[in-house]
Amino acid sequence: MKTRLNEMKLKFPSLSVNEGFARGAVAAFAAQLDPTVGELCDIKTAVSEAVTNAIVHAYPDRVGEITLRCAAGELHTLEITVSDRGRGIGDIKRAREPLFTTSTDGERSGMGFTVMESLCDDVRVSSAPGRGTRVRLIKKLEPRRYGG
Amino acid sequence: MRVEHSLGPGRLTVYLAGELDHHSASDAVREMDSLIDRMEEKTVILDMSGVTFMDSSGIALVLGRYNILKRRGAELSITGAPDFVRHIFSLCGLERLIRIGGMAHENAVK
Repeated sequence: MKTRLNEMKLKFPSLSVNEGFARGAVAAFAAQLDPTVGELCDIKTAVSEAVTNAIVHAYPDRVGEITLRCAAGELHTLEITVSDRGRGIGDIKRAREPLFTTSTDGERSGMGFTVMESLCDDVRVSSAPGRGTRVRLIKKLEPRRYGG
Repeated sequence: MRVEHSLGPGRLTVYLAGELDHHSASDAVREMDSLIDRMEEKTVILDMSGVTFMDSSGIALVLGRYNILKRRGAELSITGAPDFVRHIFSLCGLERLIRIGGMAHENAVK
């Protein structure tokens, strides 16, 4: 993203109650880009997946810190970054495969990255085992009133 | 997330309303499993018309209940699924396993 018109940063502990808070905060930030109802739904769902991954997988047995950054740029682009300092992902390619999960309780679908990819224009993941993970989501919004 | 239910002839209908995510799914799963444990009906209809948000936690909830019911020789179908819910389900081909009816009346599971 070349020019950032506006940005925000949030830090919160990896408590599951913050999944709703995080997607609500991003939706409120995204409002300035005048998204459609469908675009807003896509953004909230993708953020929920990224934040849930950090809560469930980055910090499986402790509460850690999650950082959420949002930037609104030119060309109606929203860039969202979710980062943690948790366990990290050893094999990113495998983690992104549909239905792959390390969860053993049967209540995770392994579809988180697939959902993010289907709802965003770009999903980039960088991770270092033991040091943390950063997920960058790019959503390009249909030009409406914003920026002419 | 609210979980309500009603009993009809041979079937249990479970209504989900509100936001379905990882945080809310565990309570919803517990309530649904408790209903399924006690039921004698052979059909469960999951009415999702009141769901206002859902991420992939919804896939795990539905697949988990589908497997439990299958082991008991019972069936699961979904009705009233909003478009955003159907999109998430379609990503893993859930409609090939479970009958999924949308919001439109004519598509609803009878």
